[in-house]
Amino acid sequence: MPSDPNIDPIIRVRGLVTRFGTTVVHDGLDLDVKRGEIIGVVGGSGTGKSVLLRSIVGLLKPAEGQIEVFGQNVRDTDADDYRALRRRWGVMFQDGALFSSLSVRQNVEAPMREQLDLDDDLRALLAGIKVRMVGLPNKAQDNYPSELSGGMRKRAGFARAIALDPEIVFLDEPTAGLDPIGAAAFDTLIKQLQLSLGLTVFLVTHDLDSLHAICDRIAVLADKKVLAVGTMQEMLALDHPWVHEYFHGPRARAATPVAKPKETE
Amino acid sequence: MSATRLQTAPDMSGQVRFDSDGARLSVQGRLTIDSFEHLDRDVIAQQASRAEVVDIAQLSHMDTAGAWFLLDLAGRTSAGAASVITGASDAQTLLIEAVRTNLPPKAAGAKPAVRLVDHFETLGRRVALAGSHALEMLSFLGQVIAAMARVIRHPRALRLTSVVHHCQQVGLQAVPIVALMAFLIGVVLAFQGSAQLRQFGAEVFVVDLIAISILRELGILLTAIIVAGRSGSAFTAAIGSMKMREEIDAMRTLGLDPVAILVVPRVLALVLMLPALGLIANVSGLFGGALMSWIELDVSPAVFQARLVSNTDVWHFNVGMIKAPVFALIIGIIGCYQGMKVGGDAESLGRQTSASVVMAIFMVIVADALFSIFFAIVGV
Repeated sequence: MPSDPNIDPIIRVRGLVTRFGTTVVHDGLDLDVKRGEIIGVVGGSGTGKSVLLRSIVGLLKPAEGQIEVFGQNVRDTDADDYRALRRRWGVMFQDGALFSSLSVRQNVEAPMREQLDLDDDLRALLAGIKVRMVGLPNKAQDNYPSELSGGMRKRAGFARAIALDPEIVFLDEPTAGLDPIGAAAFDTLIKQLQLSLGLTVFLVTHDLDSLHAICDRIAVLADKKVLAVGTMQEMLALDHPWVHEYFHGPRARAATPVAKPKETE
Repeated sequence: MSATRLQTAPDMSGQVRFDSDGARLSVQGRLTIDSFEHLDRDVIAQQASRAEVVDIAQLSHMDTAGAWFLLDLAGRTSAGAASVITGASDAQTLLIEAVRTNLPPKAAGAKPAVRLVDHFETLGRRVALAGSHALEMLSFLGQVIAAMARVIRHPRALRLTSVVHHCQQVGLQAVPIVALMAFLIGVVLAFQGSAQLRQFGAEVFVVDLIAISILRELGILLTAIIVAGRSGSAFTAAIGSMKMREEIDAMRTLGLDPVAILVVPRVLALVLMLPALGLIANVSGLFGGALMSWIELDVSPAVFQARLVSNTDVWHFNVGMIKAPVFALIIGIIGCYQGMKVGGDAESLGRQTSASVVMAIFMVIVADALFSIFFAIVGV
């Protein structure tokens, strides 16, 4: 449910500069994410999509610029505030980043155990609901990450990210490496949970199908900035060589819904 | 409405409140996972069992945990179904429905208690597993020996650079620690030995004590233990992390033999270097012993040397040196084998590394005991 544009952005990035040594990754990057939307972040390899994600959740210290989440500066908070802030978002890393010494259920329980004082049965029960919500079979709960397939690990990572019903979820390439059916199912899952939990989703992806299917808006990273933000229609209409290549390339054409009859090339 | 207030959590704005007027249980405020830290669920559940309707029209915020709790309460009402929840907004309905379809399946009874028989079964399985591991290791030893035999027949197949590299890692870089350790052992032996021997006026026998114990046993045994801790673990960790990143599988698909490429150079380097390290340990230990004898007992270095040459059979030295390559083989094989056994997760890497060190040290000591018996029978 795309929300009122007048509302304050839930994530607000202003003038972000990120450097690694002499390499400048972001140079004056601005981005607003609205509450309740699914924003897809795209860009070529090495344009710093994951770096942006890491900066927003406070894992990387930007050289310059302001990053505010829920109106609070991410880097400029004391430990307690940062802890409270973390409680309101969930992050899913590329390969799930599950703790390999814990079972799937224990992985999902980990944030609950850390943040809340619940009795063991209740925690296990709630974790079990989350595991099933992301579409894992019930018996997968007691499996260890090394016993799961790549797709299942991603789902389990997602379950851990939403363990505490956060307001924002950051997803780093959730559908990369999944088969088309699995990827489509994951898209549906994200959309469904966004509707039922009222999530804001920050989605780093290369998957054009995901962009078409679930993203309310798309932000394009290029030339060390956010080049453009807008809906899929706006992106398709945009006149920039890279953006045009990205959204009109041979793979993009395949992903475009067959609303219009196939054009002869 | 004469509502009895049931439960109020500590003052936090918008905290959840349950009000009951008999047939209607109404919920207000925020019902989230945090609420459960304060709620007395049993009291509310009891109240729900008397209710017919669960009204959540006043519920401002609800998360998955809250939805589960409402479903749990609904299940306890007289109707016992989710339909007794009224007043839900569209989003809340969606969430409740999502949670309802993902409720845990009805438990298939408690887990059966562990009986005595089960312990025996576990023990039996462990023994069988240990047996199969021993067999596997024997087969691994066979593979390594076969690969070495191939190298002897085709010397060009030997990865010489790799062997030299590992010789440096396990040999040269271990020299300081091994020498220091042996020196201190020599010092300790001389010191303790002299204290005892002085009582009998047999101070000069301290030379025999030091020479025999260091040359025959301690020099090589302690060197082997240090090398097992230093290089055996490094072998396991290096090969294990390659296994984790599928490098070993990649080698196999390229037609490269991981045993020939990874294991043979390591084992070979160890077999070459452990005798050399043992020799250094012997010299350093004797030096430490001689120094301490001189300070503590006034046994001059010249006397020490003369006595060493005249009274200590060269076979004491030989016995130590004969054991060295065998210890090296044990450490190398166990270190590499455990590396190959690493699974997909980081946990198993740590487990196998520690197993590798413990097992290597244990097997070295077992082998040392067998050697003692063997040499006693042979009579050297």
